[in-house]
Parts: sequence; structure tokens; C-alpha cells
Amino acid sequence: MLDGLDMTVPEGTFAAVVGPSGCGKSTLTRLVAGLMTPDEGEVWLHGERVKGPRKTVGMAFQNPVLLEWRTILDNVILPLEIVAPRMPRADRVARAMELLEMVGLVGFENKRPSELSGGMRQRASLCRSLVHKPDVLIMDEPFGALDAFTREDLWQTMRDLRAAEPFTAVLITHDLRESVFLGDQVIVLSGRPARTQFVMDVDLPDDRTLDVLFTPKAADMLHVLRDQIKIAQGREVESH
Amino acid sequence: MFSKIATPIIAIIVFLGLWELLVWANGWPNFKMASPSDLPPAFWKYRELFFEMGWQTLWRTVVGLFLAVIVGTAIGMIIGFSRIARDALYPLLIGFNAIPKATLVPVISLLFIGQHDFNTILMAFMISFFPIAVSVGIGLSTLEPEYRDILRALGASRYTIFVKIALPKTLPEFFGALKVSATLAFIGTNLVEIVSPHGRGLGALFKSGETNGDYPLMFAVLIALAFLGIVLYYAVIFLERIFAGWADREAT
Repeated sequence: MLDGLDMTVPEGTFAAVVGPSGCGKSTLTRLVAGLMTPDEGEVWLHGERVKGPRKTVGMAFQNPVLLEWRTILDNVILPLEIVAPRMPRADRVARAMELLEMVGLVGFENKRPSELSGGMRQRASLCRSLVHKPDVLIMDEPFGALDAFTREDLWQTMRDLRAAEPFTAVLITHDLRESVFLGDQVIVLSGRPARTQFVMDVDLPDDRTLDVLFTPKAADMLHVLRDQIKIAQGREVESH
Repeated sequence: MFSKIATPIIAIIVFLGLWELLVWANGWPNFKMASPSDLPPAFWKYRELFFEMGWQTLWRTVVGLFLAVIVGTAIGMIIGFSRIARDALYPLLIGFNAIPKATLVPVISLLFIGQHDFNTILMAFMISFFPIAVSVGIGLSTLEPEYRDILRALGASRYTIFVKIALPKTLPEFFGALKVSATLAFIGTNLVEIVSPHGRGLGALFKSGETNGDYPLMFAVLIALAFLGIVLYYAVIFLERIFAGWADREAT
């Protein structure tokens, strides 16, 4: 699946990973999360080699995977039940509410997931992946199933969350605008077997707004990335 | 709320009316086909027997069903978690379920001679565990990997993942199967009660009605069985509301 994939994400930065579909991006998330071990090569997090799951990782998927039988609040609390089993309920609730407030879900904490819209569910899912203050957040196309406007709202939510509580982030995405808006660096993977094809540092201010995407600078970056994706896809075609 | 109770009652009255009409229009005598109007006298005449036998049938069915829940869930967990176990057990389970359980009555009554309570419970169990095992097995094996991963990525144990995610997620399927099993268990109980000599319970009462050519009694027993079946079914629904009410969505 992955071969010759080499990437370094400096602590506290945001790496967006893009690549043609089926190039093994999801495998990458599972490797970083310690859900899979590589046949060859190594994954290191914060000076420690990843050998298995670790409590300091947060995960978010395209599907919000909220538990239907729990309220939004109890869904957000779930990781704390594993990571901090002795933490008092009141503290858990306080921590969860802190995050729910940041993403604008106060007032919905006692609703069930089925009562919320797709965007709200994904917001709750992000809260859950951050509730235990992970030092690395791994996201596998978390905004992929949302409509364009909701997606842009969530980009800004993501930016605000990182401003409030810094963490290292790895975002798998198909959306180049998303990668440029959120990433400190954008990594383009080639088609199967995936290797690092291109790395771009995103030289935009940290507190960027959506307007930044309409600047010539951003347009140039998007253009370069688009060409790189074409190359990545071309490689895939040749190998058939 | 009113219509929720009134609608089924009206449906039952219409059903009884059609039944009465059918018997009346054909001019069938009592010894050919009983009509609903024959039933209240039959119930009244044998009221003590109905309570005694009805209780016998009910508790054996419930115990059998309870065993089916425990064993069925256990089998479901095994085939849900282990592919090898699934491949090994499925043909056996399906084969066993395909056997008409009536053919097993002589087998178990010979194996456990005179153990009427045990035999009856065993049959209720054997006939009703299959839907539970299959639904729990499917519920567990079709659990989306992401659901597992959100806890596994934090280092949660298999047991924790099972208790916090797999088990509650399977509950709606489990209760769906339990509704089928609850009515099946009555069939199992009555099979033994009817076929065994010196049986007890509503099945035995049916048998005695047959021996004496008392058609109203036989039909009264059938109605009593249907009634118990409905009671147990709604008991399951009551439990479902408590434990899996979250799966119930407002119709829009």
C-alpha cells in the first residue's frame, strides 16, 4: 500500500495530506494511530516509536461515528472514560462543555445524534476526538461528507480549536482548498504504492480567514497542488 | 393514545365477527368448528384449569426463552467475533434449526423420562435460540470498523469495546429477534405439552379437549395461547423501550 512514504510533521503544526483516491491515505492514518503496524519502516510520535494504540491520539473520520444511544454530551465524554477512568463526572462534563461551547453546540448537549444535522454531528465528533487533550489529532476526511458551506464553517471551527488548544494535526483530504486553508504544510502522495511526491509549505498567516483563499498567492498554491495531483494520477495510469 | 388502544381492539372484534359469521353461514356444528360465542362458556367452565395450566405454560416458556437469550447471545458473540467459529457453527446451526422440532419430542422424552418441566423448557429453548444467535452474530460482525477504532485507538480493551459499543449497538437487532423468539418459545412449550402423555399446561388441556371431543375447549385453549403470546410480546416491547428506546425514531 505505502512504499517510500516519508513525512515529518513538526510538533504543533498542521499537515494536510492529499493524493489520488485509493493511494493508501487511510492506511496512513491507521499507522499513525497505532491501529496497524508497518511491515517495514517506523512511525515516531514525540520522540517515541509507535508500537500500538496510545492514549494521546485523537481520531476523527468522515463518518462522525457517534453512538446513537448516548447524548451528545456523553458521546463527547466517551474517550475520557477510557483515558481517565477516575476523573469525576463533573470534571468530564465541564471539559466536554468547554469544547461544545467552542464549536457552538451548547444547548444541544442533551440531544441524541439523530436529532442533529450532519455538520453538527461532525462538530460533536471533533469535540470527542479532542476531549482528552491529545497531542496528535488524526483526521481521515472528516469534512468529506458535508456540503460546501458547512465544510467551510467547519474549517473555521477547526482553525479556532487549534488556536485555543494547540495540537499536532494530520488531515487526510481530497479537497485542495481545505488543505491550503488548514495546513501548515501540504503533502501530496503519489498513486499506489504511495510515496511522498511533493511537500509544500503553506506560507499564509496563522489566523487566516476564508478570504485568503481568493488571493493570488493561494490561487498559485492551489495551481501547483493541482498539477502535482495530475502527476500523481498519471503515475497511477502508467502502472496499469 | 385512544386510537392506539382502540384500533387493535376493533380489529380483534372484526376478526371474531367474521369467524362467527363463517361458522354460522356454513351451519357448522360445535363438533366441527367452534365459534367465538362458544368460547366464554368454555372458559368459565374450566376457569380454574385455565389459570393453573396457563401459568404452567407461561413459566416454562419464559424460562426456556430466558435460556435462549443467554445461550443465543453467547453463540451470537462467538460467531460474531470469530470468523473460524462462524464458518464452523453456521452450517450446524442452520441444519439444527431446519429439523422439525416435533421430531425431537420423542428423543428428549426418552432421554429425560418423566422430566416434564425440563423437557418442556428444553424444547422452548431449542426452538427459540436460533433467531437470537443469528441476530447477535450479525449485529457484532457488521459493526463498522470506525466504531471499534474510536476506542481502540485509545488503547481500550476488547472487553471495554464490547461493553461500551458492540453490545448496545446490537440491542435493536437483539430485541427484533427476541420478539420472534418469544412467540416461537410458546410453540416449543406446547409441542411437548401436547405430545407427551400425562403432560401439563395448556397443551395438555388442548389434548384433553381433543380426547373428549370438546371443540369449544380446544379453541378456548388456542385463544388463551394467543393471549399469552401477545402478553409476552408486549413484555418484550416494554423491555425494548427501556433498553433500546434510542433506536426508535419519531416518524416524520
